Amino acid sequence: MSTFLEVKNLHVTFPTEDGAVLASNNVSYSVALGETLAIVGESGSGKSVANLAVMGLHNPHRTQISGEAILHLPEGPIDVLSAAPETVRRLRGKAMSMIFQDPMSALHPFYTIGNQIAEAWALYNEGSKEDGIKRAVEMLDLVGIPDAAKRVHEYPHQFSGGMRQRVMIAMALVNNPSLLIADEPTTALDVTVQSQILRLLADLQKEFNMAVILITHDLGVVAEVADRVSVMYSGRIVESAAIDEIFYNSTHPYTRGLLNSIPRVDNHGKGTRLRAIPGQPPSLISVPKGCAFAARCEFISHVPGGLCIASNPDLLEKAPDHYSRCHLTGAQVIDIAAKNLAHQDNGAK
Amino acid sequence: MIKYVSQRLLYTVMLLLLVSLSVYFIFDLLPVDPARLVCSKQCTPALVEANRHRLGLDVPVLQQWWNFIYGLFAGRNYAEGAAALHCPAPAFGYSFSRHECVTTILAKAFPVTLSLAVLAFILWMTLGVSLGVLAARKKGSIFDKASTVFVLIGTSLPTFLTGVLVVIFIILKFNLVDPLEIGNWSNPFTDPLGWLSTFIWPAATLAFAYAATYTRFTRSNVIETMTEDFIRTARAKGLSEKIILRKHTLRAALAPLATMAGLDFAGLLGGAIITEKVFGLDGLGGISINAVTSSYDLPIIVGTTIVASAFVVVANLIVDITYAFIDPRVRHA
Repeated sequence: MSTFLEVKNLHVTFPTEDGAVLASNNVSYSVALGETLAIVGESGSGKSVANLAVMGLHNPHRTQISGEAILHLPEGPIDVLSAAPETVRRLRGKAMSMIFQDPMSALHPFYTIGNQIAEAWALYNEGSKEDGIKRAVEMLDLVGIPDAAKRVHEYPHQFSGGMRQRVMIAMALVNNPSLLIADEPTTALDVTVQSQILRLLADLQKEFNMAVILITHDLGVVAEVADRVSVMYSGRIVESAAIDEIFYNSTHPYTRGLLNSIPRVDNHGKGTRLRAIPGQPPSLISVPKGCAFAARCEFISHVPGGLCIASNPDLLEKAPDHYSRCHLTGAQVIDIAAKNLAHQDNGAK
Repeated sequence: MIKYVSQRLLYTVMLLLLVSLSVYFIFDLLPVDPARLVCSKQCTPALVEANRHRLGLDVPVLQQWWNFIYGLFAGRNYAEGAAALHCPAPAFGYSFSRHECVTTILAKAFPVTLSLAVLAFILWMTLGVSLGVLAARKKGSIFDKASTVFVLIGTSLPTFLTGVLVVIFIILKFNLVDPLEIGNWSNPFTDPLGWLSTFIWPAATLAFAYAATYTRFTRSNVIETMTEDFIRTARAKGLSEKIILRKHTLRAALAPLATMAGLDFAGLLGGAIITEKVFGLDGLGGISINAVTSSYDLPIIVGTTIVASAFVVVANLIVDITYAFIDPRVRHA
């Protein structure tokens, strides 16, 4: 697989009256054609901010961005963070596309969906308005909207939430982009519709051999479609590995905490409680000197000498192609987690 | 759509009937006796009664209202015997002090008011919307701050002050208009320049106040719309900023302006009382204020009141129907 997007050392800062908000702190990730990278984290962890920077959708007057985001286009690599805004604009919709969380408000209420899809198509294709509508009907068919030829002339408010997200996907893919960034695409939808949309995205990815970045806070969503996972916390990537490694051999306490906080059906009926991670993430204005997760970390007693408070661990390769930002070794984390689980089970009995 | 329009049409007719009825009730409740007010100095009870009969006020108020509605459609006779007068439909009443059918008076005054309203409307819409859009685009700049000052001045200065200032400085001091020509009616089709010189200053006075409100409204609407999710979507598609502004932002931001503009324009069609008075224009506002202050000419007052409210009610209907074309969500509701 060939790498399509390479983000290196991305910093995104929003100057505010209370100080600079460091929303994305030295973030690096990459995604290849045909691959799905899930970026997981809670609200405010910087997962959307980083990808909006790649798309060039931040307000340049209110954002400071540094680092590199290289798109490996057939005609050669280009760094979208240092390229001219007009150059990046001409990559949007064509080389890279994005769909958003709330399909209810992401479509213009005054224009028919056909008009809105045709508008995107006309940006990069020669043809009449009718050609655009014809292409819109094809796309709506592709994303599974029944009776597309008729519905193409309808307005967003005449569609349900799931159907609107399908329209958004159709619009994002109308110019065959190589990269699709899906920012919490199923968060605003019913659970049954969620898995339909995820399956649709996975099918389309195969069909078009796209690189997909799936931004989500829902590990259930990740399990369904991702190839690799990057977990973000407080503006930094804290763990990055292949999907199975994350779910079965996680080497970071925060990822462990996330996994413990979701309900599972495979624990053989043991009545274990769901465990929320106590506390709140730190403010992004005054980033702590040490590990950002230290104040909430259950594993902190296993690290000697207040190291977690004093210094921030680096993102290190703890196992082959498995990166983690923790002072403990991967084996230590796995070991301690297993003991905790056994202890918890005894308590439950 | 047809159902929506016919429903709105029915409401409008009912509303107009209710409005005219309440006008009659209001004048019935007023503690003044028009029959006495129009009586001459040597007034006798018999004369008052005769006046009352002449004005058609000697019947119950509901009957008065019904006579008025009837007269609107069938024309109406006023006074009796040798002095009998007939006003053809639509008869709004007869002014005994001006010896004319009210309809004739209204028809003469209306072009003046319409000219003022149209010219003011063009001025304030152009100025208000463009200033508002520019201020929103350059939010926080010197230009934006200057526009805020303009909004503040425009909304706080009353037209009787700006009007008088315009008359004193622009017309009398700088002699931009011949003072003797103020308020002269010129036909806009045969004498457009004369028409313009009569109406440009009163229209500018009116437009100044309205433009300030529209600048503020446009600015805040555009700024709010620019943060909408669908604008981010438009940007993510790769559209240029120019198209995003023209096709996506302005369409959504200016739609609510149609409602406001329609109603404000209709309000002006009922007469801009202060501006017309300051500039000596004989529009609907001018004649109604004269009817109240100098002769207490009830038929004229009733006529202008009902015409003014009818404009607002009809404008409401037009705005509602127009809005259904602008916003598909209304159309399918």
